[in-house]
Amino acid sequence: MTDVAAIPVLDLTAASSGALLRRRILAHRGLLIGTGLLTFIVMVALFAPLIAPHDPYAQDLSRRMIPPVWYEKGNWAHLFGTDNLGRDYLSRVLYGSQISLLIGAAVMVISGLIGTALGLAAGFFGGRVDMIVTFIITVRLALPLILVALAVVATVGGSLWVVILVLGLLKWDRFAVVMRAATQQVRVLDYVAAAEAAGASTLRVIVGEVLPNVLPQLVVVATVEAASAILLEATLSFLGLGVQPPLPSWGLMIAEAKTYMFFSFWLIAIPGTALAILVFAVNMVGDGIRDVSAPGGRG
Amino acid sequence: MAVLLEVEGLTVDIATARGTLHAVRDVSFSLQSGETLCLVGESGCGKSMTALALMGLLPRAAQRSARRMRFEGNDLAALPERRLAELRGARMAMVFQEPMTALNPAYTIGDQLTEVHRRHKDSTMAVARERAVALLEMVGITNAAARLGQYPHQLSGGLRQRIMIAMSLMCGPSLLIADEPTTALDVTIQAQILRLLVELQRDLGIAIVLITHDLGVVARVAHRVAVMYAGEIVESASAADLFAAPRHPYTRGLMASIPVPGATRPGDRLGVIRGIVPSLIGDVGGCAFRDRCDFAQPVCARTVPVRSDGGHDWRCILGEAVAA
Amino acid sequence: MLIYALKRLGLAVLVAVVVSALAFLLLRASGDVAIALAGEGARSEDIENIRRIYGLDRPLVVQYLDWAAKMARGDFGTSLFFKTDVHALVLDKLPTTALLALFSLIFALAVSLPLGILAALYPNSWIDRLCLALAVIGQALPSFFFALILMIVFAVMLRWLPVSGSNSWAHFVLPTVVLGYYIAPAIMRLVRAGMIEVLASDYVRTARAKGLSSSSVVLKHALRNALVPVVALAAVQLGFLLGGSVVIETVFALDGLGYLAYQSITHKDLPVTQAIVTLLSLIYVGLTLAADLANAWLDPRIRVGSGT
Repeated sequence: MTDVAAIPVLDLTAASSGALLRRRILAHRGLLIGTGLLTFIVMVALFAPLIAPHDPYAQDLSRRMIPPVWYEKGNWAHLFGTDNLGRDYLSRVLYGSQISLLIGAAVMVISGLIGTALGLAAGFFGGRVDMIVTFIITVRLALPLILVALAVVATVGGSLWVVILVLGLLKWDRFAVVMRAATQQVRVLDYVAAAEAAGASTLRVIVGEVLPNVLPQLVVVATVEAASAILLEATLSFLGLGVQPPLPSWGLMIAEAKTYMFFSFWLIAIPGTALAILVFAVNMVGDGIRDVSAPGGRG
Repeated sequence: MAVLLEVEGLTVDIATARGTLHAVRDVSFSLQSGETLCLVGESGCGKSMTALALMGLLPRAAQRSARRMRFEGNDLAALPERRLAELRGARMAMVFQEPMTALNPAYTIGDQLTEVHRRHKDSTMAVARERAVALLEMVGITNAAARLGQYPHQLSGGLRQRIMIAMSLMCGPSLLIADEPTTALDVTIQAQILRLLVELQRDLGIAIVLITHDLGVVARVAHRVAVMYAGEIVESASAADLFAAPRHPYTRGLMASIPVPGATRPGDRLGVIRGIVPSLIGDVGGCAFRDRCDFAQPVCARTVPVRSDGGHDWRCILGEAVAA
Repeated sequence: MLIYALKRLGLAVLVAVVVSALAFLLLRASGDVAIALAGEGARSEDIENIRRIYGLDRPLVVQYLDWAAKMARGDFGTSLFFKTDVHALVLDKLPTTALLALFSLIFALAVSLPLGILAALYPNSWIDRLCLALAVIGQALPSFFFALILMIVFAVMLRWLPVSGSNSWAHFVLPTVVLGYYIAPAIMRLVRAGMIEVLASDYVRTARAKGLSSSSVVLKHALRNALVPVVALAAVQLGFLLGGSVVIETVFALDGLGYLAYQSITHKDLPVTQAIVTLLSLIYVGLTLAADLANAWLDPRIRVGSGT
């Protein structure tokens, strides 16, 4: 069966793999949009103190529930209006980005370290190590994550760092599963055997040969987990068992606005949309990296 | 013998990122009923694409056009897909190269055999099963009734290919297209399958288009041969004529590269065709073989005459067989 | 197949035991339970009292074994907040959550399967892009936010559905849609990817070459093979739904296990929380075992073995 791709075509103008990668990246609209959005949000988070027009914690009960500027009663002093305690919503949203990004990044790193270590070990050593790690993963998967997180936070008390730790220590399963599979694939390739034959220490082989080659998959999983962590924190905070007031966590802002949402829809719409945009951007980046590093098209 | 299949000017273009790939270029041939035509050529020459074009199984990115494509009085090019599907499997059938993956692992052999009969002949399960058993026996499979309940993974490659052949014959087609049916099999099984095809043709009167890269296979089964190179048919003749007096330099190069039992001695050099197949993307004019041909002339870059000599056609400026 | 099933069963049992121990430990160890139980401003002697009453001064292992033994007998203790038998409490709320999970899964499948198949049949067409857009939005939208929006639109503005509660079928509609939309993207992507791969396979080409109708090719030949990983995912999603419904149930005040879990957690009702976490874990283990076996059965290579 003639596979079109197998038809021998000599293209003397074939670009180097670096240039080819760059071309693929530039052609992938999703990746560009995602990266652009994400960069924008990161900039916002970094420069929030400079950009925010007001102090996000400053209450002014004489200026409660002012709608955003595009409503009739809105005013330019508060572009996104104010909440039930008179705090400037735009400023709170801007500062809220810091929380979401911090959570996303921190949880991704912590769970990533744990999960990757487990996955690499399982995939590389196989045999009993694999059995044990797989068992650990299965046990972890059986626990209802949200409930356990809620329960732990309830007992220990909610705060930014508690949330980060709890999520980070629980959310490593996907890292482990994907890294295990990826490592198993790479394990049997020739250059790994060559490195071992040359007498390289096990650690060196794992870090030097295996890790660079499972990196694309690792990055993709990392983005998925970061997005998931952001949503989870928002959920925990929404339920009152995450970040505590008066921090401007977007999830918490939605919870605080729930009572007023029927009349002041923007109070939940703005932080909710912000969350959606951030998660969307992270997912786009992840999808884009996956598409670009694995030729064969989408999906 | 009536003309069963008539193809004239078949062209297949495939849109790729780098441009249009001209996979099949102006291919013409005809087939009588009960006759075997071999399409010979190396990988990528377009022979499989030609077969798929006939069956209407081209990938979506491919564009097919032809001046003529008539089969049993049907204009294949003009038929809507639904009518074409009625012909496929019923009047014209195809067997593919890789028997290990050509059968659905989730269903039994019996299920896959009977479904094509029930689809086209609207038969009952019992009738279809009877026919399946009969055909399995015809292709030399023992214990046929028990086989119906087996799954593909329980059978060897040779068995699976026989089953594929039986499956293709379920509705009594007049044309069987076999795309490299023996390439993936052991040499001994190859011989058995080829012998089977010859017998089936003799007993059922089917016409066969057999696609292969192996001149040995051609010698064994072909009545007529069409040699393909870079999407074109460069030479076509009866099998006897082709082997006796190949005219096109490519054909002669192919023949010279095969060791001949008895004649080729250890240490002899086998013929080699220098160079590589040209790209078929973008403009392809003149003779595609000219960069590899010892007899190329400047005119070969522009036009190539089609020569004819009593049923033996070839595309070359060379006339009679020229001494190498 | 039998040996395979037995092995998986044995593994499942082992996992179940370890999980229950882990759930027990996590909940006990995440803080001093006695202090949490005593509440704020309790005197140290009150805390000591509580410790003795609830047997919290014994070694953890002993506490666990005691609890496990009671659990095996069906005795989950008494709810600190509701003052009733935990067993009865959980059983009362379980059907609501089970129904919600089931409806959500069915809804998700009803949406994902056709869309995934269509997207695979016409890649890069408008329908494919539509599916991708739906999937992307579904994965980016926080579920509780989506729930609130639906609530505003359908319950308040249009008044088609009730806002909250769990007295009638209508109360299940919005929660089902929200949860279903939450898990649908993963399923749809899997269906699409699986179908694309299978549609390019040799045996589908054979089916086409036989002139079979396109519905037969797509549904009988292609889908059957593409569905195998979807079954596993569906089971996992079902397990997740049972545990992850806590947010949705709380938003819609749907009186199920998730809402009960939320209440028990916020009220530090340890027996109930423990029971729910353990129960959900065991259900999850059971579901993945079922999915495992279903997968094996679907693959003739395992079901029938290599026979003759």
